[in-house]
Amino acid sequence: MRRLLARPGAVFSIVILSVIALAALAAPLIADAFGYDVTETDLLARYEPPSLAHWLGTDEVGRDVLLRMLYGARVSIAVGLVAALLAAIIGTAIGLLAGWFGGRIDVLLMRFTDGVIALPLLPLLIVLAAVDLRKIGLPQWIVNGEQISLYRIIVITALVGWTTVARLVRGQTLALRARDFVRSAIAMGAGPLRIMIVHILPNAISPIVVATTLAVGNIILFESVLSFLGLGIQPPLPSWGNMLSNAQETIWQSPLLAVYPGMLILITVACCNLLGDALQAAYDPRRRLRTA
Amino acid sequence: MLNTIFHRLLQSVVVIVLMSFVVYMLIGLMPGDPIDLMISSDPRMTAEDAARLRQVYGLDQPLWDRYMAWATGALSGEFGYSRLFGRPVIELMGPRLLNTFLLMLSAWILAVIFGLGLGILAGARQGGIIDTSVNWLAFVSASTPTFWLALLLMILFSVQLQLLPASGFPTSLNAGFGERLRHLVLPVLTLAIFETGAYARYMRAAMMEALNADHVRTARAKGASRVRVVLVHALRNAMIPVVTIMALGFGNQFSGALITETMFSYPGMGKMIFDSVMGNDFNLALVALLFATAMTLAANLIADLAYVMLDPRISYAARPGGAAR
Repeated sequence: MRRLLARPGAVFSIVILSVIALAALAAPLIADAFGYDVTETDLLARYEPPSLAHWLGTDEVGRDVLLRMLYGARVSIAVGLVAALLAAIIGTAIGLLAGWFGGRIDVLLMRFTDGVIALPLLPLLIVLAAVDLRKIGLPQWIVNGEQISLYRIIVITALVGWTTVARLVRGQTLALRARDFVRSAIAMGAGPLRIMIVHILPNAISPIVVATTLAVGNIILFESVLSFLGLGIQPPLPSWGNMLSNAQETIWQSPLLAVYPGMLILITVACCNLLGDALQAAYDPRRRLRTA
Repeated sequence: MLNTIFHRLLQSVVVIVLMSFVVYMLIGLMPGDPIDLMISSDPRMTAEDAARLRQVYGLDQPLWDRYMAWATGALSGEFGYSRLFGRPVIELMGPRLLNTFLLMLSAWILAVIFGLGLGILAGARQGGIIDTSVNWLAFVSASTPTFWLALLLMILFSVQLQLLPASGFPTSLNAGFGERLRHLVLPVLTLAIFETGAYARYMRAAMMEALNADHVRTARAKGASRVRVVLVHALRNAMIPVVTIMALGFGNQFSGALITETMFSYPGMGKMIFDSVMGNDFNLALVALLFATAMTLAANLIADLAYVMLDPRISYAARPGGAAR
């Protein structure tokens, strides 16, 4: 932790991410303070330039842009965090199984992982996003729920985002399997599940944390693309991606609307990447996954 | 070597076959089915008609049987009809594949030229302006959504400067070469900027490593000029890993191509996949996705083979993580 805080990049990204997260959490309070509702439209105040009342102006139906971006941040960050965690769990399970049991299971799982990595992800995500949830047996009340687009995008981005974690965990497991403390645990009769969870997992946690941090950024990017294409978060729930989708239609009237949400995506994702790199450098100064 | 090629080819075929089943299943899970669509377009149809049609089209069969029927047809070149275009699916592929290939190849060539150039300069003079800029470009492009960059370029070149068209592609044959070119500029630029950053970063890292090698130090000690050391002695070794990265990069462009094609209404594979999924065009979506997968896998295969061929020290078994990016 101290080594992490010694890096200016880490401190910088933690500060920026905290500011964005806090502002997102406080979005309803900010809305109250200004006396706006995030869905409130005002057709007399469309495309207003930035002012004291609307810091970043208003959009094509007179909604406050800044406020919508903060509400969008809630959605985008929540999706990024939850989906990355889910992906980390899937990846860890696959990596542990492959690394521990080796042999056929390893070959099978790693070939599968290679296959997923080799696929063009975006087209696959588009098909996944178009799946009719009723056909996979989900009850009507879930499918028609207001938040369904949120859950759906979390699940499908997690389904394609686990590969890096799986590879890393497998590598760690292979390395740890030969170490003395693991072998003595085997000798004492510990079962595979216990060894994996008690002995291997805690020693493999650093790369998992790094990969998950980087995954948060990537998943935010995927979410924004899918929402931009109209397949992710559905309006009226704002997300950075679907705000940009509206903005593309109005670039002739108000090009700046297309700038702000993208800028926020860039900053957030860049901070996740920066933090991931810093974590990587802090836990293993010799080896760096990425240079930047 | 031949063994390696055969092995990898087999692997790719397995992935394609598995993918075709998964996609077939997923497409079956998309809203509605072909019969529903027929019912909605013909209000006189009765429930009995629908049931009969279902039987005619084999939709009452279990999934596996339907898939096998489709796969048998596909193997003999029978891919079915597109609902959106009313033409055989296979006829639609050719021109779209060509357009996407044109887009990706142009972007790729640009990215390779600039990426290599910038990377060499950055690696040769560490800490210089170019080095810093390359670092920033690579870092920022890894965190920027493709579609946002496309939007920004649209705003700059189409809205503000009014230099280039914001969308479309001339489909008529008498559209001149210049007109086609104008429509390609923005999509190509969008894709190229992303890849340039990545290539430059890899080239820089490889260059730095190569410059530290013994034979390069010897060359320097013999009094070879700086330019000669960089371009002759270091570059050759630095190229080996970078060529692989670049070949992989070609396939990885596909997702970006899908976005730019959709945004700029450029008639390529990516836009067709998007349109067919949105328009419930099951046959088209299925085949287009498989073609896109095959294209990506082919690029990965070439990348792997290039790696084995370029570096005699590396046997197939020791191949690195490859596609992981």
